[in-house]
Amino acid sequence: MYQYDNYDQAMVDARVDEFRDQVKRRLAGELSEDHFRPLRLKNGLYLQLHAYMLRVAIPYGTLNSRQMRALGDIADKYDRGYGHFTTRQNIQYNWIKLDEAPDLLADLAAVEMHAIQTSGNCIRNTTADHFAGAAADELVDPRPYAELLRQWSTFHPEFDYLPRKFKVAIIGSETDRAAMKLHDIGIQLVKNDAGEIGCRFYVGGGMGRTPMIAPVIADFVPPLQMISYLEAALRVYNRYGRRDNKYKARIKILVHEIGADEYRRQVDAEFAHILTLGLEPPPAELERIKGYFANPGFEADLPDNVDLSDPDFALWVDQNVHAHKQPGYAIVTISLKPAGGIPGDASADQIRLMADLARDFALDELRVTHAQNIVLPHVKKADLYTVWQKLDAAGLANANLDLISDIIACPGLDYCSLANARSIPLAQKISERFADIGRQREIGELKLKISGCINACGHHHAGHIGILGVDRKGTENYQLLFGGSEAADTSLGTIIGPGFNEDGIVDAVEKATDVYLAQREDGERFLDTYRRIGVAPFKEAIYG
Amino acid sequence: MVDLVFADNVLRFRDDDVVSDPAVTVDAFVDAVSGQPNASAVRVEPGDDARALLPHLDRLALVEVNFPAYTDGRGYSAARILREHGYTGELRAVGDVLIDQLSHMRRCGFDAFVPALPISADAAAKAFATWPEVYQKTVDGRTPIWARRHPVA
Repeated sequence: MYQYDNYDQAMVDARVDEFRDQVKRRLAGELSEDHFRPLRLKNGLYLQLHAYMLRVAIPYGTLNSRQMRALGDIADKYDRGYGHFTTRQNIQYNWIKLDEAPDLLADLAAVEMHAIQTSGNCIRNTTADHFAGAAADELVDPRPYAELLRQWSTFHPEFDYLPRKFKVAIIGSETDRAAMKLHDIGIQLVKNDAGEIGCRFYVGGGMGRTPMIAPVIADFVPPLQMISYLEAALRVYNRYGRRDNKYKARIKILVHEIGADEYRRQVDAEFAHILTLGLEPPPAELERIKGYFANPGFEADLPDNVDLSDPDFALWVDQNVHAHKQPGYAIVTISLKPAGGIPGDASADQIRLMADLARDFALDELRVTHAQNIVLPHVKKADLYTVWQKLDAAGLANANLDLISDIIACPGLDYCSLANARSIPLAQKISERFADIGRQREIGELKLKISGCINACGHHHAGHIGILGVDRKGTENYQLLFGGSEAADTSLGTIIGPGFNEDGIVDAVEKATDVYLAQREDGERFLDTYRRIGVAPFKEAIYG
Repeated sequence: MVDLVFADNVLRFRDDDVVSDPAVTVDAFVDAVSGQPNASAVRVEPGDDARALLPHLDRLALVEVNFPAYTDGRGYSAARILREHGYTGELRAVGDVLIDQLSHMRRCGFDAFVPALPISADAAAKAFATWPEVYQKTVDGRTPIWARRHPVA
């Protein structure tokens, strides 16, 4: 994976110094909270209900064992012994003291990490396919492009005060594991008939209050013009995105209001101008970066079979292990979704254990998934049983990937100052109701996502079952949505009827799964059955 | 490169005389009939299209870009567009111009600053030196990191 050179290191070190100075001025009263707020946000520091929350960037969700270990140590040193992995492939700490934040950033910089642009109205940390460089179905490894994008977007002087935040995701497979079309910009690396690589740009997707699926704005931009095209796309947004209403300020509203064709026309005109300026890093730079992502040390001629005689292990392999492009290897996903647990949470000890496993068994790499799980991308099939045993001993062998208890949930009213309702206790109740793994597997793939307010951090629009917490006359109320998807068949869920209280929503979810089990045809997932039979049978069972 | 100087309440990276002509609006400047076609200074508000000035760059000595609120970043694009099209006169950021935005403004082509709340020349000089290197090629002439990594022989 990528390693900083002296230039990259100097940039994060400069940032630590700058932020230390800003905190000093804030604590001395020289900076008002109003003026400090956007500065701390650009360093990922939020003021939440009870304390400061720090969001650490994990660029395109990739990190090595040393970095993962540092994240565990930070959880002990600055937080309460926990970290929370997020839907943006980052990690958040919920109990941070302002005066210690600069030291925390310095600890991160020591392992080539930072919290740059993890908040604020700027280009956020780029996300990517969490199976990049490992997936059997990969067409192009997106990580070199993601790293190019990381460097370009870091401290970009023109786009630091955009109308609103800006999120970019990049993938290189037909299978979309990054919810790419639900981003401000989604880039899909494709190949044309001549075998040349190109960037397909989807612009104007997003969740939040007004969910939209991004239209294709450019079908095939040469990779050595990717940065120039981004400059053009962002410049049009910076100049013409709405600034009169923060709820209409995302690029999706601009693209929607002027139309994809007009937006494309404006970007094309800007792009033609920008191509004359020579802003693009040279081919040698992309090649330099690609060098870091070449073969991480795969061994050839490894055995490709796995002994599945232990039934619990066999179940975990079936659910949590994916095909690798390299014979003899497999991709392991560690579920951070134990029954009754907090989705995405891991203790400092668990984080360090995952770091050790990556070092010893996964060619020193880990990934964070947008579904709030951790991936060991390169595990020898011969080591799978050992890895599983070590995970099991640490409470990390939950064999529920993509099942109903593999829930995405936002922090909700337990932490977040924007939330209307709690998300975490609801996720805990649902995962307890469906704790029987046999029952979960009978139901099969079912992506359940919970947001505690309409800002949709828990991706409820994209859940096969989505749950939206609202405030109804001072009490928490939960609305139920069906039919969303974040995958290649991206769709937005629809609210099916009146909301429920906390217990009522758990019952409603259970009834929905009963309808599915009774009505499904061969091979259908919950989502497929819903799409085929429509909402009526579900409503009848739930409200009837 | 010209050093930072503080003259007539303007922080500047220029050694020519401070332009003191009154700045007119973009509409007045570009309207040759009812406007003020002889003006040499113009003030760009966030909603103005800086491209309207491009046919007239040779008669401009000063462009003021106003930041009514520092959170409105349209002025950064306006500045870059002017520089990218060859404007060499004074490009002045005025209004809610704060110390923590100075270095980005400079990168986008501003070479003069009149903050509503005055900033000392010492503090400004420190702010301009925040970043030892830069990742992007812009209009400030700085060599981006990618070019340092791959010097052209």
